[in-house]
Amino acid sequence: MTTFQLEKHVNYVKSLDKKSDFDSVVMEHLRMSGAYWGLTALDLMHSLNDMDGEEIAAWILKCQHDCGGFGGNIGHDPHILYTLSAVQILALFDKLSVVDADKIAKYISGLQREDGSFAGDEWGEIDTRFTYTAVSCLSLLKRLDSINVEKATDFLVRCRNFDGGFGCTPGAESHAGQIFCCVGALAILGALHHVDRDLLGWWLCERQVKAGGLNGRPEKLPDVCYSWWVLSSLIIIDRAHWISKEKLRDFILNCQDQDRGGISDAPDDAVDVFHTFFGVGGLSLLEYPGLKSIDPAYALPVDVIDRVFYGQKS
Amino acid sequence: MTNDNWVPFNERPDWDDIEPVPQDDGPHPVVPISYTEHFREVMDYFRAILAKDERSLRALQLTAEVISLNSANYTVWHFRRLVLEALDYDLEEESIFLETIAEMNYKNYQFWQHRRWVAQKRASVAAPDELKYTEVVFNDDSKNYHAWSHRQWVLLNLGGWEGELEYCSKLLSQDIYNNSAWNQRYFVITKDPSRGGLQAMLESEVQYTLLAIRQAPSNESPWRYLRGLFKDDKLNLLTRNDVITVCLEQLAEEESSVHALNLLLDLMASGLVTGRGGEQCFRKPEGCKVISEGLNQGAASVTPQSHKRYVKGFYGRRCMNVD
Repeated sequence: MTTFQLEKHVNYVKSLDKKSDFDSVVMEHLRMSGAYWGLTALDLMHSLNDMDGEEIAAWILKCQHDCGGFGGNIGHDPHILYTLSAVQILALFDKLSVVDADKIAKYISGLQREDGSFAGDEWGEIDTRFTYTAVSCLSLLKRLDSINVEKATDFLVRCRNFDGGFGCTPGAESHAGQIFCCVGALAILGALHHVDRDLLGWWLCERQVKAGGLNGRPEKLPDVCYSWWVLSSLIIIDRAHWISKEKLRDFILNCQDQDRGGISDAPDDAVDVFHTFFGVGGLSLLEYPGLKSIDPAYALPVDVIDRVFYGQKS
Repeated sequence: MTNDNWVPFNERPDWDDIEPVPQDDGPHPVVPISYTEHFREVMDYFRAILAKDERSLRALQLTAEVISLNSANYTVWHFRRLVLEALDYDLEEESIFLETIAEMNYKNYQFWQHRRWVAQKRASVAAPDELKYTEVVFNDDSKNYHAWSHRQWVLLNLGGWEGELEYCSKLLSQDIYNNSAWNQRYFVITKDPSRGGLQAMLESEVQYTLLAIRQAPSNESPWRYLRGLFKDDKLNLLTRNDVITVCLEQLAEEESSVHALNLLLDLMASGLVTGRGGEQCFRKPEGCKVISEGLNQGAASVTPQSHKRYVKGFYGRRCMNVD
């Protein structure tokens, strides 16, 4: 059986420091999320101490705007997605105290619309991804009371479909990524009673294809990132035992670059930091030996979440 | 990615008043960037224009160059909209610009958001163009999530419902497994204001769906759609002999037909007494195996202790500012 190449993956993520290819060029504007994926993967592999938290925190602060939101890099416009990534990275390094929580809360609450939904930025794109982002970010900052939680929940419920899944807006097709966002947000909001666990669990477990991997919608190809979106949702609704964990584990392990480290979307494809994070995260959810446990709703190590909410030091 | 005829900005006379601004990646970047020269120069001039907040025609052309190099850069799209507004630019022209870069952007959030912004400004005259545009995308990728999302937005905000149910039928006749088209069908019958809602559409939709199930019994989409038709009226489903007949038919054909078993079991749990061979199905070894596996699975949750918190669901108050 293929084994997990922990050391190679750690080296791969660290090597992103020196990369100079087209991928890094197009990543400039979402460097904040790239950093979150890479650093969280490192933490799950017990290697976060190799990184300089002070310097990373200083860079993060340079990406913050007067409105309270963060851009994807220095000089880029604020967006709710990068605001969450910034807060997540600070949580990893136990540095949430360096930011003004009220200021960030003001930015995020300003993006909530009358119907309870959230826009991603001032241009007003609406998507349940942004509801998740708002809810996760505000709860990490302990500022959920700065938004209308009831309306936010109502909007998520309006995005629930006849098949038990969720889409990006009311009536949009169920999609595993959007399901994670909606179920994750409802979990954090303590509102999972709005989820029909058996109906949704049935839809989610049907995402496992014969080869063991998971797809994001019916008749689509499996992809390592859905190991995260589907499995985390199944765990949150307590239905993870409806898929074959062994087969999923083997699928993820087969997507590793055995020589240079990193994980790809599917076997024999090129690796990237996004799929490396979701592959490591998926294996962590499967309780793979040697990895830290990851929280299925926050997508951060459980010990980080415990520290944030219970003040426990790891 | 470099065009042979491309002239660097530092050799363009109409740009010599601009001092380029290099990217600041901070001291020890976590995901630092090494830029190709062409990309670096365009971005340096873009940062300079952004810093000046220059909303001019040349700025508009510059944003087009940046987009052609990296269309996922959301800041450049934001700025382009500011420039378009400042210049009171012809939005039909902008639609044409979007056509020229469309093909490489079918899965790009910024591209679709910009398209929606333009369509919203053009209002209802844009509806036929937008619907037609998504159809071009579906010819290539009939499950494109962005395009479906855009199409729903157009229908809800600009109209154009008239041919939508027929369009769904057309896509499903091409590929009965197309879950996006099934979802759109549900969207139409529940949201098209002229159709009178689910109840008015129920009979014809049940017949359509049963036909689809008979055509491809392993296709999960029509099975789910069928449940969706009775979402708010499950008891009515118990009285539908045509539905129950299809379930039994499928089980007679394929003893482990999971979709048929699933629906029938669910109906029996809700009080259905088949009396017409339903119980016999479950006495067959295959049927029993599927069911007992299902029941065993139901009993054997192995969620790790650290994840149990969501099963109990007690996060709420800890996320508030109550200290």
